[in-house]
Amino acid sequence: MLTIRDVRKSFQENEVLKGVSIEVEKGDVVVILGPSGSGKTTLLRSINFLERADSGTLDWEDIHLDLKHASRKDVALIRKKTAFVFQNYNLFKNKTALENVMEGLTVARKVPKKEAEKIAKEALDKVGLSERYDYYPSQLSGGQQQRVGIARAVAVNPDIILFDEPTSALDPELVGEVLNVIKTLAKEGTTMIVVTHEIKFAQEVANKVVFMDGGFVVEEGSANEIFNHPKEERTQQFLRRILPDYDYAI
Amino acid sequence: MQDLGIRVLFLGNNFARLLQGLWITIRISLIAVALSIVFGVLLGILMTVKNPVIKAMTKIYLEFIRIMPQLVLLFLVFFGLTKSYGINLSGETSAIIVFTLWGTAEMGDLVRGALISIPKHQYESGAAIGLTKWQVYRYVIIPQILTRLVPLAINLTTRMIKTTSLVALIGVVEVLKVAQQIIEANRYTVPDSALWIYGTIFFLYFFACWPISLVAKRLEKKWKTT
Ligand SMILES: Nc1ncnc2c1ncn2[C@@H]1O[C@H](COP(=O)(O)OP(=O)(O)O)[C@@H](O)[C@H]1O
Ligand SMILES: [Mg+2]
Repeated sequence: MLTIRDVRKSFQENEVLKGVSIEVEKGDVVVILGPSGSGKTTLLRSINFLERADSGTLDWEDIHLDLKHASRKDVALIRKKTAFVFQNYNLFKNKTALENVMEGLTVARKVPKKEAEKIAKEALDKVGLSERYDYYPSQLSGGQQQRVGIARAVAVNPDIILFDEPTSALDPELVGEVLNVIKTLAKEGTTMIVVTHEIKFAQEVANKVVFMDGGFVVEEGSANEIFNHPKEERTQQFLRRILPDYDYAI
Repeated sequence: MQDLGIRVLFLGNNFARLLQGLWITIRISLIAVALSIVFGVLLGILMTVKNPVIKAMTKIYLEFIRIMPQLVLLFLVFFGLTKSYGINLSGETSAIIVFTLWGTAEMGDLVRGALISIPKHQYESGAAIGLTKWQVYRYVIIPQILTRLVPLAINLTTRMIKTTSLVALIGVVEVLKVAQQIIEANRYTVPDSALWIYGTIFFLYFFACWPISLVAKRLEKKWKTT
């Protein structure tokens, strides 16, 4: 469905992505793992053009784009087909939960207000926030804010949702509620790319795991292949580090 | 008691004329502030773009307006345009143009300050849900800076009302000009009319600006807590 090829991106002298390719089929849950600074965020941001890649291509059904030269129209098209869930939620802080979710519908997609409200409420219900429609972000816990962030992404009915470490900014006791929402979406067949350090979660939902390091994809495969039979030394090291009692089968 | 200068206020329609003069002052200020808010927001947005040419131009505009005394600008527009280009501007129109130029610079700088204080991620989450650049400003960013700008805009209004006294110098019959006319006309019959007239104007200015500052203070307090 979506193929990204050979993405390169530098910040000044620092080459952060050194030719990364990734393929996503409809219904896939692709988990991206990798140490901090390996370029995961930059990769996700390049897909929806929050970051302009220096080179690389994007193919999506009958859309074929050069990431560097994509026109404003193409960018708008991709952004309508994708949704992004940020590490720090990034809700509109002057808007209520409901308004946050409605914004992408009423403004960007010209959905009539009544209908948008209905869709937004359904999305909030789905993430378990039916009691919090009229709360402002500052009145919500981190976990609740991130669930609004997810509802905001779900509401626009995107073809794919990009999650950038959705639980990294949360207190440990709030991680579960957010992961559960994402799991539900995964089980319903939502296509997604998830950058995360939550290995248990990844094992449960991922049908494809990509391990990145130093701006490269080091290794990719099924969850079973990567977690239980990693081939690359660097993957093994990484897994040992984040899972102290990790013991993979050779 | 007959000799008290206060009676100058009630001679003919003197008091009404003063009020009318004050109204012209306020009208010029309000129109100029309204225009300044609109243009100031645009200028503020322009000042935050990366394009170095646009940046330099807005910077020059800002410095130019700030360095120039408002009186010079007034003369420049009122006499300069009339003489050099044969454009015939009334004193009031010239005043509105000059105060708008000034207010736009002031507002623009305030808007720029407010804009750069909005975290980058507010723009990004707008973009990520498919809003165009303009929609991000219109629906996400400007509402967030508005609460901060309204008190500042009101403050600018009171400053303008005070500065409008300058426009008497290009023949606009605003409150101070009316005052001078009244004093002049009663020079012999009411010798101390100046004290009474200017005293009255003192209160007129006070009652024009005081409620405005009060509103500004209340808004500021109200929005600070939310
Ligand atoms: N806007 C930016 N300007 C400069 N350097 C950046 C920027 N964004 C990311 N980087 C650098 O790119 C590298 C990869 O960052 P990132 O994609 O955030 O990695 P990850 O998400 O895997 O931790 C880091 O070294 C980071 O400092
Ligand atoms: Mg990251």
